[in-house]
Amino acid sequence: MLRDEDRVFKNLYGVRDWHLPGARERGAWDNTKELLARGRDAIIDEIKKSDLRGRGGAGFPTGLKWSFMPKQSDGRPAYLVVNADESEPGTCKDRDILRFDPHLLVEGCLVAGFAMGATATYIYIRGEFYNEASNLQIAIDEAYAAGLIGKNACGSGYDHDVYLHRGAGAYICGEETALLESLEGKKGQPRLKPPFPAAVGLYGCPTTVNNVESIAVAPTILRKGAAWWSAIGRPKNTGTKIFCISGHVNKPCNVEEEMGIPLKELIEKYAGGVRGGWDNLLAVIPGGASVPLLPKSICDTVLMDFDSLREVKSGLGTAAVIVMDKSTDVVAAIERLSHFYMHESCGQCTPCREGTGWMWRVMKRMVRGNAEVAEIDALLDVTTEVEGHTICALGDAAAWPIQGLIRHFRPEMERRINERLSRQAAE
Amino acid sequence: MSDAADESVQPATFAFDPQNAERAKRIMAKYPPGRQASAVLALLDLAQRQHGGWLPRAAMDHVAGVLDMAPIRVYEVGTFYTMFNLNPVGKYHLQVCRTTPCWLRGADDLTETCKKKLGIGLKERTADGLFSLMEVECLGACVNAPVVQINDDFYEDLDPQKLEAVLDALARGEKPPMGSQIGRQNSAPVGGPQVLVGGAGE
Repeated sequence: MLRDEDRVFKNLYGVRDWHLPGARERGAWDNTKELLARGRDAIIDEIKKSDLRGRGGAGFPTGLKWSFMPKQSDGRPAYLVVNADESEPGTCKDRDILRFDPHLLVEGCLVAGFAMGATATYIYIRGEFYNEASNLQIAIDEAYAAGLIGKNACGSGYDHDVYLHRGAGAYICGEETALLESLEGKKGQPRLKPPFPAAVGLYGCPTTVNNVESIAVAPTILRKGAAWWSAIGRPKNTGTKIFCISGHVNKPCNVEEEMGIPLKELIEKYAGGVRGGWDNLLAVIPGGASVPLLPKSICDTVLMDFDSLREVKSGLGTAAVIVMDKSTDVVAAIERLSHFYMHESCGQCTPCREGTGWMWRVMKRMVRGNAEVAEIDALLDVTTEVEGHTICALGDAAAWPIQGLIRHFRPEMERRINERLSRQAAE
Repeated sequence: MSDAADESVQPATFAFDPQNAERAKRIMAKYPPGRQASAVLALLDLAQRQHGGWLPRAAMDHVAGVLDMAPIRVYEVGTFYTMFNLNPVGKYHLQVCRTTPCWLRGADDLTETCKKKLGIGLKERTADGLFSLMEVECLGACVNAPVVQINDDFYEDLDPQKLEAVLDALARGEKPPMGSQIGRQNSAPVGGPQVLVGGAGE
C-alpha cells in the first residue's frame, strides 16, 4: 500500500483547508523560486527522468511533450493549456484536485509553464463544475495576492498569468484541439493534426495541453526527485495515480494509489469489494468509458497500469474503474455508452457522425435480441470502419466499448437473439 | 436553430444590466487584444443567468455585438454546447445523469421519480414554472452516483426517497445542502477513508 507520505494529493477528500495557508502546510508553494532557478532544461530533464506519463488518458510521456515547445520564441507568445474538461464517463479525479487541492494545480501551471517557455496558462474547466471553478478561481486569486503568480512570480523574475476558462457542456472539448477551438470561442470541433499544438496551438501560437493531474503532480516530483517518483509503480508506469472506483462496489470512492496496483486489490481494499463478493463480478471497464471492458477472468490478475492493461487489449485511460456485478445487463451497459458517444459526436466527420448513431441503434436492438446473429459481425465491421477514420479519437472511443463487448460477451448477445427467435417461432 | 424557443416567448431585445456589462469587460480582459471571441461562452452564460436560466436569440445577438462577432458564429456556439438552454427552464432545472456509472446505481429510477412527482416529461417544465427536467450525459461525479445537477449544484448518492426530499425542500423554498445525500465525506468511501487519516504524512 502506498504510504501516506508518498501521496501527492493529501486533501483528496476535502477534509482540510484548501486555501493557501492549508496548501502551504501540506508543502505546496514551498520555495518554488528555487525550482524555477534550476532552469527550463533541468526541469524538463527531471520530469523526463521520472517517466511521468500523461494522466488524461493517452499516457504520453509528459517531459517529452514539454520538450516539443520551441526553445527560442519567434516573437509569438506561447501557452500552457490545462485540460480540466473532465468528462470521460467514470472519471471524477480532477474534480477533487480542482476543489480540494487547487494550489497544487496553480503551482504546477507556473512550474510547467516556465519549463516550456509559456507566457500564460489557460485552465479549461468543464462548465458543469461550477463550484469547483469557484474554488479554483479563489486559489488563483490567492496566488496572485501572495505574488506567487503574475508579474515576477515567486520573485523569480518570470511573469506568468493563470486564467480560468469555463466550458459549457461538450465532452468533445476534452480532445485537445477541440478544446483550443472552444477556447478561441468556436464550436468544439477537433483540428486536423499536423500541425500539432506545440507548433500551432491556441491563437496560432505554440501550445501544450496537459491534464490537471499531470500538471498538479509536477512540483512534487521536482521537490522529491525523479528517483522518488519512479521508485513508485512499475518501469515506464511510474508514480502515483488517482483511481475512481464506481458502479457495483460496496463503497465507491476515489483513492490515490501506486500505479500497477492489482485491480482486485484496488477494488477489495478501497472500495469495499464487489457487491455480493468477488465471485459476483461480471466485468470491469478499467479506464473510463472509452476502453474495452474486461471479463472477471482477466480482472482476477490484471495490474492497473498503461502497459499491463494494453496487454489485455484494454487501457488505463483515466483510471476510472467501472464495476459491474452479475446482475448487470452488460449489453445495455454498453448501449448506454453508445448513446453517450452519439450524443457527444461533434458531427464533423461522417464516419463518426453517422456511425455513432448507427451503432447505437443496432446496440439498442441487441439489448432485446431484436437482431440477426449475422448483425453482430456487421456491427463489429462498422466499428472498424469508424475506428481510425476520423479526425479525432472519439470515433475510436465509440468503437472500442462495442468491440470489447463482442470480444468477451458474444455468446450473451447470441443467446438473446436465439431466445427471441425461438419465442417468435413458438408464437 | 430547430430547438429554439417559440417566437411568442422570444423577447424583442436584450442587454446586459450594468453589473453584467462590467463583468463582461473583466472577462474579456483575460484574453489577448483581438481575441475577445474567446469570451463567448462566459458571456452567453452571463446572459443566460440574467435571463432566468435560458438563452433567447436577442441575448445571443447582444453578445455578438459586445464581442464584435457575426451573430451566426454566436448561434453556432449557443446551439453546440448543452449548457445553453434555448427554451425556458424552471426555477430549478433538474439534470439527471444517465450515463453508465449512474445508470448502474439507479439513475433510471431518479428520472422516473421526477416524472411521477412533478408530472412532467423530459425537456418539460411544471405549470408553476418551478421545475424543469432533462437527462444529461456524464456529469463527472461517478463515485457519488447517482447524481442530479440542480442549477449549479450536484446532489449525490441519491435514491428516489432522498431525491424526493430534496425536491420537497426546494418546493418549500429551502436550499438543501448539495453534495452527498448520505453524509459521506465527498469522494471518500462510506464509513470514512482508510488513507490520509491522522497526520497524513505531512
